[in-house]
Amino acid sequence: MSDDHDHPHDQDEHPQTYHERLSIALFELLVEKGIVSAADVQAEISAMEGRTPDRAAQLVAHAWCDPAFKARLLADGSAAMREFGIDPGTMHLVVVEDTLETHNVIVCTLCSCYPRMLLGVPPGWYKSRAYRARVVREPRTVLAEFGLAIPDDVTVRVHDSTADMRYMVLPLRPPQTDGWSEGKLAALVTRDAMIGTAMVRDAALT
Amino acid sequence: MTGFALGSRVRVRAFYPPGHLRVPSYARGKTGTIERVCGTFENPERLAYGKSGDPRMLYRVRFAQSDLFDTPHASDTIDIEIYDHWLEAV
Repeated sequence: MSDDHDHPHDQDEHPQTYHERLSIALFELLVEKGIVSAADVQAEISAMEGRTPDRAAQLVAHAWCDPAFKARLLADGSAAMREFGIDPGTMHLVVVEDTLETHNVIVCTLCSCYPRMLLGVPPGWYKSRAYRARVVREPRTVLAEFGLAIPDDVTVRVHDSTADMRYMVLPLRPPQTDGWSEGKLAALVTRDAMIGTAMVRDAALT
Repeated sequence: MTGFALGSRVRVRAFYPPGHLRVPSYARGKTGTIERVCGTFENPERLAYGKSGDPRMLYRVRFAQSDLFDTPHASDTIDIEIYDHWLEAV
């Protein structure tokens, strides 16, 4: 490696860990061997960081307005994503639907799997040990801490992303939004509602 | 390896080998129901060590929250993706 190398790592505030050194060494070898360029890697990082939940919110609004699309989204999330014009890459998306009887929430207890192609970079709390350990053990308590009180007669379904699937919650469409445009509906849909730690707020409250 | 039908009852092997595993320990030895057949995927427990993928059938298994943790909410559930080599028919 050269002394004037230019690579996309932050100035660390702590001594480098073994795995940080390993990833830097791997990155530099790939660049030196011409397998990827630093610009390729930077472009991919920018693309990752540039993905926001906005398109996913539009997808949710479209599913609310088009029952046939909603059925396709629930049957095969990645295919419906592609149909809607969002590239799922190699991601296998499973969409789980909230109803008046069921509330869904997503976690990855083993690491921090997240539908990045759809929702972008996950929030810090999603990757925290506290969220990952607790939401499977006491989901209602965790949701209450997010400000979401789940009534006793509503079933809570936790989805643990342990393998190849990635998950998005299709939240409940709020009441009093009949006749709203997809654009106006999409503006109500938050990232947390698509993880399941929030609901889409009643339009009257917004 | 025979497949498991949708809705059939399966038990997760109570198996605690070292290494990269994709079955949370809280589900091992527990019984649930096949919620969905996800398809065939390469086994990440081999891929993690640079071995060939050894394609496996992947299932989503639904557990009653109360079978895994202490909870008064009988209808709450946890769905987990589990490869067939971790499952046995009940």
